[in-house]
Amino acid sequence: MSDVYIVGIDMISFGRYPERSVPQLGAEAALLALDDAGLSIRDIQAFYCGNLMQAHQMVGQRILREIGETGIPVVNTANACASGATAFREGYIAIKAGMYDLILVVGVEQMGRGLLGGSARPDGFVEEGVFGSMTTPAMFAQIGMEHQRKYGTTFAQFAKVAVKNHHHSTFNPKAMSRRETPLEEVMSSEMISYPNTKLMCSINVDGSAAAVIASQAAVNRLGLKGRAVKVRASEMTSNPYTPREDSITDFSVVTRNCAKMAYERAGVGPKDIDLVELHDCFATAEIVHYENLELCGEGEGGKLIDTGFTTLGGQIPVNVSGGLLSKGHPLGATGVANLYEIATHLRGEAGARQVEGARLGLTHVVGGGPDVGSTCVVHVLEKA
Amino acid sequence: MILLRKSELEGKIVTTGTVPPAREMAALMDQFIPAIPLLKITDGGEPWLAGSRCRKCDAIFPGDRAVCASCGDRHSIESIRLAQRGTLYNFTVVYRSFSGVKTPFVAAIVDLEGGGSLRGTLLEVEPDPEKLRRDMPVKIVFRDTGQTNQEGRAFLAYYFITAEEPGS
Repeated sequence: MSDVYIVGIDMISFGRYPERSVPQLGAEAALLALDDAGLSIRDIQAFYCGNLMQAHQMVGQRILREIGETGIPVVNTANACASGATAFREGYIAIKAGMYDLILVVGVEQMGRGLLGGSARPDGFVEEGVFGSMTTPAMFAQIGMEHQRKYGTTFAQFAKVAVKNHHHSTFNPKAMSRRETPLEEVMSSEMISYPNTKLMCSINVDGSAAAVIASQAAVNRLGLKGRAVKVRASEMTSNPYTPREDSITDFSVVTRNCAKMAYERAGVGPKDIDLVELHDCFATAEIVHYENLELCGEGEGGKLIDTGFTTLGGQIPVNVSGGLLSKGHPLGATGVANLYEIATHLRGEAGARQVEGARLGLTHVVGGGPDVGSTCVVHVLEKA
Repeated sequence: MILLRKSELEGKIVTTGTVPPAREMAALMDQFIPAIPLLKITDGGEPWLAGSRCRKCDAIFPGDRAVCASCGDRHSIESIRLAQRGTLYNFTVVYRSFSGVKTPFVAAIVDLEGGGSLRGTLLEVEPDPEKLRRDMPVKIVFRDTGQTNQEGRAFLAYYFITAEEPGS
């Protein structure tokens, strides 16, 4: 099986674009990625498009209306917050299978503001507030509270994740929010679901990101080795049975299983990783995922944030892009935007936030919800 | 039996503090429809929580299942009644929710005696994260949600309230 390389990758600045359509947003990223690779849509043999909110409306085909309808296969993927990462992985598999040499991947989303979900059931019943809460901040608050139950992790430790990621975002011109938020400000901003305050919640924004991926043969043929980034692992899991699956959605076992497979596939360990972009949809999630991704031992997540281990300049910087907390979280775009961030560091092109000497990076996304289940996708990328 | 005391139905239907006779109970409960499939109401008007247990791997699920999601066995699921007591495993206090939903409230995760875990709202406590004690005993109560369907029938739901410590 061929190795798979990213030969072009980019994202638009995340923000709010109410006057633009989803295909227009996706098309912009697609053209940026093609330009980054020095290729045309006519070079592309298949297209994988990740989007959630318009999953039944053939977003991929509509993007090609904007950039060139060449008649290639288009696969539209919807997989909650992992929709973009899923599209990327499907493209990776197609190259591994030897079907194609050059593939375009786009992740794109246009979001409303405020809390996601909340509509009544068809029979008119509103479950929220009766059967607990189904808001995403509450779901991830409970995951943080479970960590507090086990290890005594504090509100301040969770809040420090937001301080760190907002700090990182000040170096990222493509992040939605680029502003320092001192600890007191994070802790005293509006409490949404304890312990997640408003500044500890990711921002609903519009965004898109795209990648061109290629086989070893195409890289050689087109002379694209120079800025190529090798995909060392692309793994996916779904939630296995857990005894509390009806009361709390699992994002931990699903991540642990996926990370283990990714490290094994890449033939590396967590200590070899130079930087990580993980799914900080809420500040509480980041600390839990430190352990799930084996960046530290059980119960040491709080200590990791306290010691600056995961801050830019620390041993394993996490979410130097600003993370979903400040970059923003356009669901379908997130999994490709994370790959853009890692690839940019491996290419040494990350400017003020560059992780010096970065050789190996890891991306992680999860998706899911109450009564649904979950998914996790982990990629390991290496400087080619 | 814990149902239909005046305090627990918030005065909506029952006017005495005693449990009414079976026939009256059935008539009362006839006004309700369960807000969630795992909540069942007997012909006699008694609400209860349905669960499933796998005889092969002992996994317990709230609600009805045909196949065991834990071991995949197709022939070992039996229907059970879930316990109506348990302990508070975990919680959050929700301060901002969807529009129209009254906050703050305690979104709780309760591990039931004998297996199974439910999410729900913990009532009759101060919604203060500092004051909620994990592992405290709780019990299930059934109450009118205040919501009705298109035919005007009231949705009945389960909620959690704190229970006395065992033996106290």
